[in-house]
Amino acid sequence: MGELPLIAGQVFNGFSVASLFVLAALGLALSFGLMRVINMAHGEMLMLGGYLAYLVFLAVPGPLAIFVAMPVAFAGAALVGAVLETTVIRRLAARPLDTLLATWGVSLILQQAARNIFGAIGVGVTAPAWLDHTIAITNGPLAGLTIPATRIFIVAVAVAVLGALSLLLARTRIGLLVRAVNQDREMAAASGINVRQVDLAVFCLGAGIAGLAGVVLALLGPVTPNVGQSYIVPAFLVVILGGLGSLVGTMTAAVLAGLVSALSQIFVDVSSSQVLVLLFVVLFLQFRPQGVIAVRSRALDG
Amino acid sequence: MTAARPLLRHIWVVFLLLAAVAPWIVSPYELSLLGRFLALSILALGLVLVWGEAGILTLGQGVFFGLGGYVLAMHLKLAALTPGEIPDFMTWSGRSELPWWWQPFTSPSVALAAVIVVPGVCAALFAWAVFRRRVVGVYFALITQALALCFATLLVSQQESTGGFNGLTDFSTLLGFDFAAKGTVWTLYWITVAFVTLAFLGLRWLMRSRFGTMLRATRDGENRVRFLGHNPTPYKVVAFTISAMLAGIGGALFTLHAGVVSPALVGVVPSIEMVIWVAVGGRGSLWGAIAGTLLVNFAKDEISSALPDAWLYVLGLVFILVVTLMPRGVAGVIEDAFRRLRPGSPGGKVAAVTSPAGGAL
Repeated sequence: MGELPLIAGQVFNGFSVASLFVLAALGLALSFGLMRVINMAHGEMLMLGGYLAYLVFLAVPGPLAIFVAMPVAFAGAALVGAVLETTVIRRLAARPLDTLLATWGVSLILQQAARNIFGAIGVGVTAPAWLDHTIAITNGPLAGLTIPATRIFIVAVAVAVLGALSLLLARTRIGLLVRAVNQDREMAAASGINVRQVDLAVFCLGAGIAGLAGVVLALLGPVTPNVGQSYIVPAFLVVILGGLGSLVGTMTAAVLAGLVSALSQIFVDVSSSQVLVLLFVVLFLQFRPQGVIAVRSRALDG
Repeated sequence: MTAARPLLRHIWVVFLLLAAVAPWIVSPYELSLLGRFLALSILALGLVLVWGEAGILTLGQGVFFGLGGYVLAMHLKLAALTPGEIPDFMTWSGRSELPWWWQPFTSPSVALAAVIVVPGVCAALFAWAVFRRRVVGVYFALITQALALCFATLLVSQQESTGGFNGLTDFSTLLGFDFAAKGTVWTLYWITVAFVTLAFLGLRWLMRSRFGTMLRATRDGENRVRFLGHNPTPYKVVAFTISAMLAGIGGALFTLHAGVVSPALVGVVPSIEMVIWVAVGGRGSLWGAIAGTLLVNFAKDEISSALPDAWLYVLGLVFILVVTLMPRGVAGVIEDAFRRLRPGSPGGKVAAVTSPAGGAL
């Protein structure tokens, strides 16, 4: 295999990693932009989505089980998100750092619950036959490049979610409300928008997207109680890199982080590539402390 | 508050005396736990400075704890060898010579100095790079968490030079003293108590100085501090560095007590657990941090040996309840109780009015 297919393969890997980052980070970025809080239990929404996918695959065999699993995982995670928002996060709205700690507690409880219910060893989902093959390119300059179909599917899911979300935000009434609260919370509240309800809706939406990401993750490897943890720290970095609650920023940041991670793996091992991604983020913040897209605001203490 | 203060102010002497005579009172097993947890409380004291005073939440304190622990452990590994030999795990991993960055730690004085210097320098560089660009709050917390993740993953993956997942263990002597001897164990314990006391008094002095005032001002209104013509960045960098040095000392002492240092003690999960010790004790209170560390860790020891599955549920609930219901921790609850005992004191009223507002400004 020559240089070119190797690099092209890693670039594609970068995009598929980026797709996972986007799906994991979107919910975080949305609620961070709106409420300035970070939900440390967000990774467990991924885990929940994964386990729900596993259950659906048990209950509904057949090639299209995945299309049942996705709405189920979305709804399940969104529901848990709703409970979390109304019981914990709402109470701590003015204390972002404390929200972080409290939601970490939620994450510990959810992980231990998963361990007790499903066991510490992961459960697996068999990808349907139409996803279980690789596409190999045999001629042309990229000869030797192989792309697993699951990875193409992941990119497709991420693109679809991003598309749907931007339509939702740009074209619907709920999107209008979200943008209003995002720009100026007090002003939005003063003009009669129920900001609490908008918070709740956005939080559920974000949790639901993480649930979807969990289904996709289940196609890649076993679902374990810790599966959320391994994706959530990079997702946090993507949120920081992307800038305050900006959709385009989050997407760009995810692609940047995914590419840095995948391309550096040509030269170093996985763990060192993790360090390189962190270094990249810290260096990037030296030049643009507000992230890729700075949302303009007149507030001094944003 | 003035009425309650004299009692609170001198009660630490009683605790110090109790701690000093503990070897004669408690069993050897309990003493070994107490020694470990007191070592951890040095780290917790550092967190009071950086989180309680300066309002900087760090989720990466395990990194500096680990740096302190590992540099000392490297020396302990080397001290047990004859010149030219290399630690056994390196031979197993197929390495034939010592990595260059292990070399300096053959010398005990270099290793002991490095316990403070290595975490200090790393923390200062990191904090400077991040605070310089005014990365604050949640952003900073998440970046430090990523730092903890990277540190632990690196330690595990570089097995041939760090001991990998098992870490470094199996130490026999420090400066010629045998770790198994009772005299060494007791002395080590008293040294730990001495360090806790020093850290406590040093930080108390620091927090009452102008430096402490600047940190609190930065916590409550960083931009106001800037408008008044001060640059808060150096203060934050220094506070973060001091807390990292304390974490390094804590890590080294813990390694001596526990006889092991491993990635399981320094990663994401332990790092955030360190924060909860301080949250339970009271983030604004030095004695609260020590009490919280001892409380949480003894509870962990009891619960996880009796009901292994229950511990994480308990810890999760503690995270949620402490943060939502008692943000000032055990120390806050006790201080309020003291104040209520003397309702007539004029100082009590003033304190009751000002302290809840302090963090909200």
